[in-house]
Amino acid sequence: MHIPDGFLSTPVWVAAGAVSAAAVAVGVARVGKNMEEKQVPLMGVVGAFIFAAQMVNFPIASGTSGHLGGGVLAALLLGPWAGTLIMTAILIVQAFLFQDGGITALGANVLNMGVLGSLLGFAVYRFLRRLLAGTRGALISAFITAWLIVVLSASLAAVEIALSGTVPLRLALPAMAGIHALIGIVEGLITAAALAFLLRVRRDLVHPLCRPYAPQAAGGAA
Amino acid sequence: MKNTRWIWIGLAVALAVGGLLSLAASPRPDGLERVAEDKGFLDRAVGTPLLHSPLPDYLFPGIADERLATGLAGFLGTLVLFAVGTGVGWAVRGARKARERGA
Repeated sequence: MHIPDGFLSTPVWVAAGAVSAAAVAVGVARVGKNMEEKQVPLMGVVGAFIFAAQMVNFPIASGTSGHLGGGVLAALLLGPWAGTLIMTAILIVQAFLFQDGGITALGANVLNMGVLGSLLGFAVYRFLRRLLAGTRGALISAFITAWLIVVLSASLAAVEIALSGTVPLRLALPAMAGIHALIGIVEGLITAAALAFLLRVRRDLVHPLCRPYAPQAAGGAA
Repeated sequence: MKNTRWIWIGLAVALAVGGLLSLAASPRPDGLERVAEDKGFLDRAVGTPLLHSPLPDYLFPGIADERLATGLAGFLGTLVLFAVGTGVGWAVRGARKARERGA
């Protein structure tokens, strides 16, 4: 759902850009303070994988396709702020190198897919993970979070495009949320599958705050 | 530094997805493009982009075979993101170390 140039009015893209720039600035400060040595190459691998996975459009109903967003997945591995930074890096490279997503719309795209995906996604996942303990609970939480974030990102994109006077909100919002409710199912499956795989083979690469919630020290069920 | 093998395995998987699996990508319009088409605002997208990207639409320039052009663009983009991501992590961490030294 990369917004191209032309869909957003100047006030909207400037405002979205300001919010995103602020989030990235906080992210740089926070990541600098907290990052472990291991996270440096992990940022590279996660960035490479999410970029690659975003290229693989999968067919969805009615002559439409979707692709991974990846903001929630980034947060599950890197945490909310480093996740936001790597999503921002991906969107910058896509806009400048591949003409995917507009230059003026970059701030809005970072807001919709990076900030919303990694910051809000992290918070939602952590909330759900506490309700649904154990490995199975973590995977269900990841699926629900990724689905919800895709629908919310699409809805926010619809609001931005409508605020710009490009299309009425009553047309854009149901259409965007509806299609992305389908695309979000695949996002949820990929996110949960990636988490399941990593919890199995390299649990230490999953962010410490995103590992399955275990009320007793005994570890998760399943 | 023990066990850095996962980095290269992870990069290899990403390169396979970006350079090979991307050839199987659906050519259908994505969710936003579909909505823009259906609701009649697709033409609002700026026809001439503000900036000419070196690899528009994920195609490596000057290659007639579209599959090869896509694969190369995906392979290159994946490598770029690996470098940029590692670079960002390194820079942010380096800035902190410099501050600690300076303090």
